[in-house]
Amino acid sequence: MSDKSTDAYWKANVRIITICMVIWALVSFGFGIVLRPLLAGIPVGGTDLGFWFAQQGSMLTFIALVFYYRGYMNKLDREFGVEE
Amino acid sequence: MDQFVINLIFVGGSFALYIGIAIWARAGSTADFYAASRGVNPIVNGAATAADWMSAASFISMAGLIAAVGYGNSTFLMGWTGGYVILALLLAPYLRKFGRFTVPDFIGDRFYSQTARLVAVISLLVMSITYVIGQMTGAAVAFSRFLEVDATTGLFIASAVVFCYAVLGGMKGITYTQLAQYVVLIIAYTIPAVFISLQLTGNPLPQLGLFSTHTATGQPLLQTLNEVLMELGFNDYTGNHGSTFNMVLFTLSLMIGTAGLPHVIIRFFTVPKVADARTSAGWALVFIALLYTVAPAVGAMARLNIITTLYPDGLQGEPLAFDNKPDWMLNWERTGLLRFEDKNGDGLIQYYNEANPPARAIEEGWEGNEMVLFNNDILVLANPEIAQLPGWVIGLIAAGGHAAALSTAAGLLLAISSAVSHDLIKSMINPGISEKGELLAARISMAFAIALATYLGLNPPGFAAQVVALAFGLAAASLFPAIMMGIFSKKMNSTGAIAGMIVGLGSTVLYIFTYLGWFFIPGTNMLPNTADNWLFGISPLSFGAVGAMLNFIAAFIVMKISAPVPKEIEELVESIRVPKGAGVAVDH
Repeated sequence: MSDKSTDAYWKANVRIITICMVIWALVSFGFGIVLRPLLAGIPVGGTDLGFWFAQQGSMLTFIALVFYYRGYMNKLDREFGVEE
Repeated sequence: MDQFVINLIFVGGSFALYIGIAIWARAGSTADFYAASRGVNPIVNGAATAADWMSAASFISMAGLIAAVGYGNSTFLMGWTGGYVILALLLAPYLRKFGRFTVPDFIGDRFYSQTARLVAVISLLVMSITYVIGQMTGAAVAFSRFLEVDATTGLFIASAVVFCYAVLGGMKGITYTQLAQYVVLIIAYTIPAVFISLQLTGNPLPQLGLFSTHTATGQPLLQTLNEVLMELGFNDYTGNHGSTFNMVLFTLSLMIGTAGLPHVIIRFFTVPKVADARTSAGWALVFIALLYTVAPAVGAMARLNIITTLYPDGLQGEPLAFDNKPDWMLNWERTGLLRFEDKNGDGLIQYYNEANPPARAIEEGWEGNEMVLFNNDILVLANPEIAQLPGWVIGLIAAGGHAAALSTAAGLLLAISSAVSHDLIKSMINPGISEKGELLAARISMAFAIALATYLGLNPPGFAAQVVALAFGLAAASLFPAIMMGIFSKKMNSTGAIAGMIVGLGSTVLYIFTYLGWFFIPGTNMLPNTADNWLFGISPLSFGAVGAMLNFIAAFIVMKISAPVPKEIEELVESIRVPKGAGVAVDH
């Protein structure tokens, strides 16, 4: 593989990692903790949406992120011909 | 059948299973012993990783911690699962591509420095040894309660079982026993939770039950819990009663600490391909979340059940009489983890918050909270009894508690023994050692590590809980940044990485010891451990994230003023960034 396509592959990887990590931070540190007061108006089973994110939603989002990243990278590996 | 006999059947049966697997999966080579010859199916590895990761702390302690504080302790849920996103995206695939056996292997080779390797070995040993103490004491608690043997005998039995499958089978034996242990512990954890969720809300899924209507009161479960707690003078369950800043920092410390734990990282060396490492991290998270999404329901429901038990006729009715205590209270009182005291001599148990007594306590002249001790650790183990579930469910919990403690202990022991036999003996002291010699050294160091863990389990330093926090702080502040920079920065050189690790390690240890005492010896702390004295209000337990930040900063400053990385290291970094060519196990 040429240096140029290695660079392009790595750039695409870093880009998708950044997007995933932003969502990762948003659902946990954001919705679960810092932004919880903003979600206080949305009731969920006797409490609010922020509480749900802190005790359920963040974890479910994490799973979705890891599997999304896996699928994206497997496709990217094939596009750049670097799969095993 | 007697409860003791049921417990014995469940625990004994699970132990026989683990030993059977150990004999079937003996290790024949160092590749078997360190990395199960990289032949592990990614889903199997995910389950093994989940068992490896979920320790006595996750299984026994976590729901109790959440129950005690409510929303504030959501940090453990987000922190301990969020770390897997970091692992899956930032570390696991590249470390698998690198294709060696241990974490110091990577740090030593990537930073082309024996000093870097040594710093990594030292961090790893301190972290893993302190962590293993908690597992051994957790196993001892489970033994002493369920098998009615004294804790010493219990520890010897636990050590003998771990010895069998860890020394014989190495990573291969550990992987397949961990798979079995995962099945045991997840069944043990979820079955009582499903029963209790059905009892309280009619919803069989605890994850949904937590947000459902409480059948007895006809309003949401959490609303009932909030009202009941506030009526007894406690904080409400769903509110935030701590510092938001520390909550963020503590969660972040747990996340990057998780990602830097060597016994978790080495599990990703066992899968055949880079793509499998990504898949495996996803499954690990699924298997972990299966327990972690149930835990908050277990915590909230148990808290409500305990209060209902103590006030059988409602909060305004007569409290439970000392003479009517259910069996589980009597059983746990014998372990010393639960204690009642009839302060006003009326023969009834008054449970409330002394610091903020409710109106009724003042009117009726109560003289203090009479459930004087409820150790968080008993909550999960006593849960089936609190909810009056059948005897076999209690036997299951006993087996699950052991599975959680033993599977993590085995993973830690493997990390310790491979650091000694592979990183110290093979890479630093005697590079000429034969394959057979190294395998023998690995087994001997494993046996030594078990002996040491047993000794420390028998004579636990009185600070096990703080030490676990230290282990996370060290993982976050020393290993994680070094590994991450090794992958994501081509220019990071050995001097920078070593400076970073030392600054991260040093600042974290210094900060923790300043408030918790030098080597945790009481009275040697230089500042009182209260929020007013903390630097910028940062709790010592949350400092790992700050230590990691200092590590990054120091590494980049030193890198700028020292010799650049050699060409071949830049090429090494380029090669670990692409999956192609990972191939089979490579040794030095």
